[in-house]
Amino acid sequence: MTSDRAIPVLDIKDLNFGYGQTPILKDISFSVNPGEFTAVIGPNGCGKTTLIKTILKSEPPDTGTIHIQGENIEFLSNKDLAKSMAAVLQSIDPASMSVRDYVLLGRLPFFKRYQFFETQYDLDIAQKYMDLTGITALSDSRITQISGGERQLCAIARALTQEPDLLVLDEPTSHLDITHQKRILDLITSLKKELSLTVLMVLHDLNLAAEYADRLILLNKNDHKIYAAGSPEEVLTESAIQTVYQTHVKVRPNPVSQKPYVFLVNSQNQTEEPFTKE
Amino acid sequence: MIHKKIKQWIFILSGLLCLVLAAGILALCTGSAGIDFTRIPDILLHGKDTTQYSILMGIRLPRILLAMAIGGALSLAGTLLQGMFRNPLVEPYTLGISGGASLGVCINILFKFYAVIGIAAYPLFGFLGASIVIFLVYSLNRNSTNIRSNRMLLTGVMISYVASSLVMLLMALSHSDDLQNIVLWIMGSLDEPNTALIRIACIGSLAGLFISYFFCMDLNALLLGDEEASNLGINTARSKKILFITASFLTGLSVSVAGIIMFVGLIVPHFVRMMTGPDHRILLAASFLAGAAFLTVSDVIARVIIAPLELPVGVITGIIGGVMFIWALSKKQVTL
Repeated sequence: MTSDRAIPVLDIKDLNFGYGQTPILKDISFSVNPGEFTAVIGPNGCGKTTLIKTILKSEPPDTGTIHIQGENIEFLSNKDLAKSMAAVLQSIDPASMSVRDYVLLGRLPFFKRYQFFETQYDLDIAQKYMDLTGITALSDSRITQISGGERQLCAIARALTQEPDLLVLDEPTSHLDITHQKRILDLITSLKKELSLTVLMVLHDLNLAAEYADRLILLNKNDHKIYAAGSPEEVLTESAIQTVYQTHVKVRPNPVSQKPYVFLVNSQNQTEEPFTKE
Repeated sequence: MIHKKIKQWIFILSGLLCLVLAAGILALCTGSAGIDFTRIPDILLHGKDTTQYSILMGIRLPRILLAMAIGGALSLAGTLLQGMFRNPLVEPYTLGISGGASLGVCINILFKFYAVIGIAAYPLFGFLGASIVIFLVYSLNRNSTNIRSNRMLLTGVMISYVASSLVMLLMALSHSDDLQNIVLWIMGSLDEPNTALIRIACIGSLAGLFISYFFCMDLNALLLGDEEASNLGINTARSKKILFITASFLTGLSVSVAGIIMFVGLIVPHFVRMMTGPDHRILLAASFLAGAAFLTVSDVIARVIIAPLELPVGVITGIIGGVMFIWALSKKQVTL
């Protein structure tokens, strides 16, 4: 998980993607630097998940290039890609295997040809990340018998067990209560610090994105391009949200963290001004 | 930890091996020739020229080996398909692969390809029929976002109907001697006089097991779905292709030698999975052994239940399998 300071961990240039004649992503270019937590935000159907899919090589882009640690993913095998990038998808739906077996699957990219059993090293790594994500107590339970939040923690432990340079998460908190939302995002932030992990996360919740991410990338559904990229303060402005989401909101600083906080306003109260201007 | 797991696996495998051996001995001792159970060791050791020796070694033993090979092959094919499709109801029979294989073999009997190619034409045509069906089922469902969906199962069932209707059509159009050939063969019997076919079945099913083991980790990853598996570095398209071919080969082989034998590929993997969990490293071998033991015992029952007549073994597996499966469903939730 050490990374060269000189090159970005993820570098996307002029990416275009569409299904047939329908464009989804247009002229997407951005890079994610080592140790940075970048969140991709945008309205439903703006192509957030598609962007993740092209990065994960599930969908080949029409044009443009994606480099991970300086290597073009087009020329990387799935196995080599899995050694430098791990993914946590929206929800996991695994067989009734034990949590430990599930986490151990993260060592699969490192299996040699004709290797059937995990080495002691593999077991130690898996144990380390189960401890770190706080799921050691669950290690003998079946994945099918634990809660959605715990499953997401298992998925993160499994992804970390791949010891990736880049961790990609697609709305990992979308079905979870606030306890688990906070637990997972706190975990990601602390992992970022402790392991100098680079994180790219799709987030639906603008306030969570503003609170936790170092940098935001706002996708625009109307022209399929990046509308704004930068710090939460730069991206989450009332006018940007008005344009991209076509929704009237108020943005005020969070009283604790001073990060921008987006308030929805009930249409019937829109004429009133419930907040004092700063 | 891993040693504990390996110890447990060795324990399970040796238990199943004992079960297979016990089933084999039981099958060797039962039959209509009325050979006394206590005399069998004596006959095997000293009576090489007696008729009883040739009954045991020339008739019963080949049949036992065939039952084990076919039982293992069907059960393994079911395990592979259930793992790949992530659907616990999938097996060679429900996916229509058995139907395709039987159509292939019927065509072989009617057009007398076996006279040209030799006895290997049976497994060859079985394999061809099975491959065509699995290709159809897969490509018809390729675009469906949820490959677990029952759509695939329905496609399989429909193809199965079409195949059996075509078999009936061929039967209606055929001469009476061909007709008898087809009927006898479709009934499904392990009474196979041709030792070459038995040898092909034994070697083929072991080869299938051997090939499957190269993909046991891929199958474990595929349990999480195609997308997750490829994120874990698995070349899913290649692995699935090879596993599909292996499953069709195993099914084609079984159907061409022993006719249609239902449910082995469905229930045996289920019971084994309850015991071992979904890890394919143990599941593949355990299913193979359990399938071998199950079909051997079923064949014993088929031979003795209305002796001196014989029932088709498919009847026994269908009845035992179906009842046990319903019982298991009511006892415990069946998952992958």
